[in-house]
Amino acid sequence: MTNKVEIRCLSKFFGSVQVLHGIDLTVKQGEIVCLIGPSGSGKSTLLRCINQLEGAQEGIVRVDGVIQGWSVKNGKLHELSSREVIAQRSHIGMVFQRFNLFPHLTALENIIEAPIHVRGIRRADAIEHACELLTNVGLESKREAYPSELSGGQQQRVAIARALAMKPRLMLFDEPTSALDPELVSEVLNVMKSLAESGMTMIVVTHELGFAREVADRVVFMDQGRIVEDGPPEELLTSPKNSRTKSFISSVLQ
Amino acid sequence: MKEEVTMGNISIAGNGELERVQRKHYGRYASGILVLLLVFLVVRAFYNGMIDWNIVGEFLTAQSIIEGLLKTIVMAPLAMLLGLVLGLAIALMRMSQNPVCSTFAIGYMWLFRGSPQLLQLFLWYNIALVFPTITIPYLFSIPTIQVMTPFVATLLGLGICQSAYTAEVFRAGIISVDRGQGEAAAALGMGGGLSMRRIILPQAMRSIVPPVGNEFIGMVKATSLASAIQYTEILNAAQRIYYVNNYVIELLIVATVWYLFIVSLLTIGQNFLERHLGRGFERR
Repeated sequence: MTNKVEIRCLSKFFGSVQVLHGIDLTVKQGEIVCLIGPSGSGKSTLLRCINQLEGAQEGIVRVDGVIQGWSVKNGKLHELSSREVIAQRSHIGMVFQRFNLFPHLTALENIIEAPIHVRGIRRADAIEHACELLTNVGLESKREAYPSELSGGQQQRVAIARALAMKPRLMLFDEPTSALDPELVSEVLNVMKSLAESGMTMIVVTHELGFAREVADRVVFMDQGRIVEDGPPEELLTSPKNSRTKSFISSVLQ
Repeated sequence: MKEEVTMGNISIAGNGELERVQRKHYGRYASGILVLLLVFLVVRAFYNGMIDWNIVGEFLTAQSIIEGLLKTIVMAPLAMLLGLVLGLAIALMRMSQNPVCSTFAIGYMWLFRGSPQLLQLFLWYNIALVFPTITIPYLFSIPTIQVMTPFVATLLGLGICQSAYTAEVFRAGIISVDRGQGEAAAALGMGGGLSMRRIILPQAMRSIVPPVGNEFIGMVKATSLASAIQYTEILNAAQRIYYVNNYVIELLIVATVWYLFIVSLLTIGQNFLERHLGRGFERR
């Protein structure tokens, strides 16, 4: 299987504080990787470095073999123009903890906005695709609803459909269920499960260890800006080797 | 169940409800009457005062007053438009990553907010003293005094001064939009300009419109300053009449009536606009 995402020696500083310490991570085509770890461990920052919402000071990220944010010329890395960065980013879908739906647009308008204005797709085609996606996430009846009229779980499902409308090659989820009421978590996880079954490559920052156990191919535990442990879920979640992983998992399960 | 329940010595009707007796608000009656009395006294004073209301009625639709009214109605939106366009540009510069741009914007606002509007009008009107001719090499050269008419000086003076205020209104509106909105747009591959136009500004407009409505009303009234540089808007038209016939108060009342009329129209327009921009935000 080919490598979808390759992260090499990635280090990131906020001012003088180092939040990522030489991260190495490879995600294969079609793989589902869950990033777990205590808050402040750098998992969201790592995710945001993959689609360049954050820039790292050291190391590189490759998506489909292409270095993100830089081009190599004469043995040097040259910073890409914002237009080129945007083009790279548009192939990576992202789902946020707080949904970030556009509140002034209906569910349907949220989904067709980028396909029409970024990809230049005809409005009628975009609407057709959007309706398909809304059906897939079980919200075909909510196309005219504004985000404020939807529950958190419904908003997050629209947000997933919005990301999928750009036909991404890779999906990033940044704690997609952390802002939800407990009874709404499963409807979002179910949509993510069926997306995983469709063969989408997914990197998921999550606290849902049950989801990780059931769906993930690999679980990566991060702490203090470093990858501490990386392995198949049954192994890492039930018999972690590292003591920090062990204490994190037992504290989450309590 | 029994039809009537007794609780101590209180008897409750069949539906469990006691009759409710509202408190009498004597203080409100008293203050209401007091205010009405004051209004009556003021109105009566003006009615019996030395104001010739017939003159007011007569000049309300006098030709030169209507012409002045039209000039106000033309100038206020044009100067406001200039203020909005320049203001947005200055707001974006102020928030720019480029320190030269943001410092320039701060200096611009300092200059045009810091000096009186009337003074700025005089400066524009007299700018021919500084630059006697306006020249674009090989294209044209023209005496400044022909360009800087009262109309142009008023437009520039009021519009540029206004932009220094609207810049802050725009900036406040843009800051008020959740950071996640810009990030979501960026994650979808939308560039800075597209995201500003389609995502950020439409949401910012909700908090921009009410203060801009305020500023617009201020602008309508500020056009009266142009009377000082011979732009014949309503106040100037009224003055020209009372210099001749000495009905000072009557003509000032005429001007007041028209200002209130324009401002009322603006308020109605603002309400419509706010309702339109409220889409998606009704239930929160």
